[in-house]
Amino acid sequence: MKLDAKTPLGPLPQKWGRHCAGIRLVNPANRRKYEVLVVGTGLAGASAAASLAEMGYGVKAFCYQDSARRAHSIAAQGGINAAKNYPNDGDSVWRLFHDTLKGGDFRAREANVYRLAQLSNAIIDQSVAQGVPFAREYGGGLANRSFGGAQVSRTFYARGQTGQQLLLGAYQALARQVGLGAAKLFTRTEMLDLVVVDGRARGVVVRDMVTGEITAHTGDAVVLATGGYGNVYDLSTNARGCNASAIWRAHRKGAFFANPCYTQIHPTCIPVSGEGQSKLTLMSESLRNDGRVWVPKRVEDCGKSPATIPEDDRDYFLERKYPSYGNLAPRDISSRAAKEVCDQGRGVGPGGRGVYLDFADAIERLGHKEVEGRYGNLFDIYHEITSEDAYLAPMRIYPAVHYTMGGLWVDYNLMSNLPGLFVAGEANFSDHGANRLGASALMQGLADGYFILPLTVGDYIAGLTSPRLGIDHAECKKSVDEAVHRVRGWIEAKGKRTVASFHRELGKKMWEYCGMARERGGLKKLAGEIPVLHEEFRKNTCLTGHANGINAMLEQAMRVDDFFELAQLICADALDRDESCGGHFRVEHQTPDGEAKRDDARFAHVSAWEHRAGGAPVLHKEPLVYEETVMSGRNYK
Amino acid sequence: MNIKLRVWRQEKPNAKGRFVVYDFPDADPNMSFLEMMDALNNRLVLQGEEPVAFDHDCREGICGACSAVIGGKPHGPGKRITTCQAYVRAFREGDVITVEPFRARAFPVLKDLVVDRSALDRIVQAGGFVSVSTGSAPEANAIPVAKEVSDKAFDAAACIGCGACVATCKNASATLFVAAKISHLGWLPQGQAERSRRALNMVEQMGKEGFGSCSNTLACEAVCPKGISATNIARMNRDFAFALVSRAGQ
Ligand SMILES: Cc1cc2nc3c(=O)[nH]c(=O)nc-3n(C[C@H](O)[C@H](O)[C@H](O)COP(=O)(O)OP(=O)(O)OC[C@H]3O[C@@H](n4cnc5c(N)ncnc54)[C@H](O)[C@@H]3O)c2cc1C
Ligand code: FES
Repeated sequence: MKLDAKTPLGPLPQKWGRHCAGIRLVNPANRRKYEVLVVGTGLAGASAAASLAEMGYGVKAFCYQDSARRAHSIAAQGGINAAKNYPNDGDSVWRLFHDTLKGGDFRAREANVYRLAQLSNAIIDQSVAQGVPFAREYGGGLANRSFGGAQVSRTFYARGQTGQQLLLGAYQALARQVGLGAAKLFTRTEMLDLVVVDGRARGVVVRDMVTGEITAHTGDAVVLATGGYGNVYDLSTNARGCNASAIWRAHRKGAFFANPCYTQIHPTCIPVSGEGQSKLTLMSESLRNDGRVWVPKRVEDCGKSPATIPEDDRDYFLERKYPSYGNLAPRDISSRAAKEVCDQGRGVGPGGRGVYLDFADAIERLGHKEVEGRYGNLFDIYHEITSEDAYLAPMRIYPAVHYTMGGLWVDYNLMSNLPGLFVAGEANFSDHGANRLGASALMQGLADGYFILPLTVGDYIAGLTSPRLGIDHAECKKSVDEAVHRVRGWIEAKGKRTVASFHRELGKKMWEYCGMARERGGLKKLAGEIPVLHEEFRKNTCLTGHANGINAMLEQAMRVDDFFELAQLICADALDRDESCGGHFRVEHQTPDGEAKRDDARFAHVSAWEHRAGGAPVLHKEPLVYEETVMSGRNYK
Repeated sequence: MNIKLRVWRQEKPNAKGRFVVYDFPDADPNMSFLEMMDALNNRLVLQGEEPVAFDHDCREGICGACSAVIGGKPHGPGKRITTCQAYVRAFREGDVITVEPFRARAFPVLKDLVVDRSALDRIVQAGGFVSVSTGSAPEANAIPVAKEVSDKAFDAAACIGCGACVATCKNASATLFVAAKISHLGWLPQGQAERSRRALNMVEQMGKEGFGSCSNTLACEAVCPKGISATNIARMNRDFAFALVSRAGQ
């Protein structure tokens, strides 16, 4: 099957405009006859649901939390990019586009990334109009700061809570539509399956997480904006409830999964400290502006108090390996360097999985007060979690899974290969290639939701010829029955282990063999072990409680079940992609100085996987054809 | 550490609840409070019992999902933290810690520690927004906002909607929550056009949802994990009074 990205013709700057001009429209009076199901109320879902409802479409929005405002987007800290060029430092749509494309190691679609950069400015306008309190200069204009992978200041931010404020803007816009009766909200509602009839997405099957009731909702189009799947690794910077189930179930129903192995691992997180740990907290990248990263030169020094280790016995490995970028080397490179020294036995802290991030020099140079002014809140968070004082002793940090660039395959309209199924935000694969630059996920989610889907969903609806499915349609009933059956199967599980213990074991294996560095032998071993563990999970898990009420372990069991299947696909994709690019580092493919080595001749394509029940997944390749840029080396030295 | 948890167990809405005591003879002081709850739940499941239901998600103090009254105080004894940011080391050897849901008439208990806070969403739906449809926004820098003003708006906007203010208030009032939103949008030029309507609609909806009224004890401010100031309440009252007067004059 040939994958058609439906990229419009013409020069890059004109593609989106021309496409919009050709899009089919639905008469305003007719729009309320149509219903769009939006699963997810994060930045992508809330902005899409609000905008579609404003246009007059009937909208039903779903989320698993008790309120739409709690979607994981709320946790984003650093900021959102836009090509406003307010600082007059030479930024432009082209530059933002090119930085993002290069940041993704030239594994994203050129036309999509260009459109993202074009739409970035309108996102800032929209958010400001909603009352998002971005940081401002004394003159009253908006302030900017710089972020990794760019030489201009183009990041807009709201203290350390940019995601929260942007999400509240979108949430309030959606709330307004709910208040007006134009949108309906289903909270504490989890999607368990997609209803597909004649190859088209026609509805979803959901479980009411309070009553346990399982029902179908049908719509004229379905939007999945259900976030990323980093929790396949168990421990990550994601919220505990983040899951792959919605997109995975859609995948099982025919939607292609693109580049599942592209995972971003963030270098500065608080390390794992104990078995019961539930989450890895991100420490802002900004700390690396003044902190120096080091480990002891000698293995035998690792147990000593850092203060007793003299300067000469310390290895400032980032400064040593990347003299020009030093402690500010890009995320993927810094993460791998930290792993390398820990693999050599020179890691610090429990289990030897940590490196120091030391502010002693900064405190001496700038004074305690200035350091506190810059990073005080981060030092507080660190103290809260570790009970250690980073003013007195260096922080300990370690890389952690943070973001997943892969997701369901979509075309230029953000529609999957299943007509009627649209995918937005972190759940799709579209714009970040093999590595995402900081402050670009918020931009993408909102570009998708505010500006792309409202047009492309309309275009699809305008071409519909068959009426909406009734919820008593045989396929709805069948999907509901299957979900009911599945839930029942789990609730009766009376094995000897907890869901959490299996999730932890899966996560550890994934982290070990398919984390920061991947190698054929390890991946093969992993590919062999996951199905065995999955089998045991299905046979030996213990659950209690009821299906018809709140039951967090039941929810988790079904999510972990899906993670097991997804893990196998990630592994297959990582094996197949026999090159290094961005966050996907195959040990076999590196330059003499240890950098990722791409193989454009063989791998300049999107890998889109098709599910085959009972058999191996089938790979479809979408070639990445660049019309106006060249795939250059990604050198930050 | 040796700790006992005295936890509220309630099967479903309207069912009779009770406290059950669980022993933790070797709690790890470096665990978060919710990780201890996770451990408890894993133990309960293996013993064939039902786990304790509680809300949580981000586990870093920003989503507002976690909600428990710990030792008599919403979110526990710590200052300016949420339940998920509480650590076992904040307690003492031998402590018996009582863990209850956020109680309020407008927050019915769904199960154990889980309550229904959708009333807060309905208050926002009644007016907690700026009516600006997608695509109709002016250029972002067209309207300058003084840094001091924007900072004040941010301070109020930092509310995470957890409902601790309601849980601690003897009148179970949501005034601090409502005031924070009215104040956030009220500070900004973008929020002026709807300022009166917003105050009127949100305050009236708060009453309809069964929240009590404010008697200025400031207990809310003391437990707010984000340090939302009670001065916002005065701003809300002013906007509301103004709105009432102008409605009467119409
Ligand atoms: C700690 C942290 C900091 C970050 N900082 C930044 C930053 O500074 N800048 C930046 O650009 N990016 C940042 N990111 C990345 C960015 O926050 C996310 O990629 C982005 O917010 C994802 O938005 P989304 O709308 O796609 O999904 P989410 O916000 O994750 O929303 C998913 C929605 O789907 C719903 N859902 C999920 N599964 C189901 C299901 N099965 N059934 C029903 N509903 C479901 C959820 O309830 C939720 O409403 C950060 C990420 C993390 C983890
Ligand atoms: S779990 Fe999100 S604030 Fe506590």
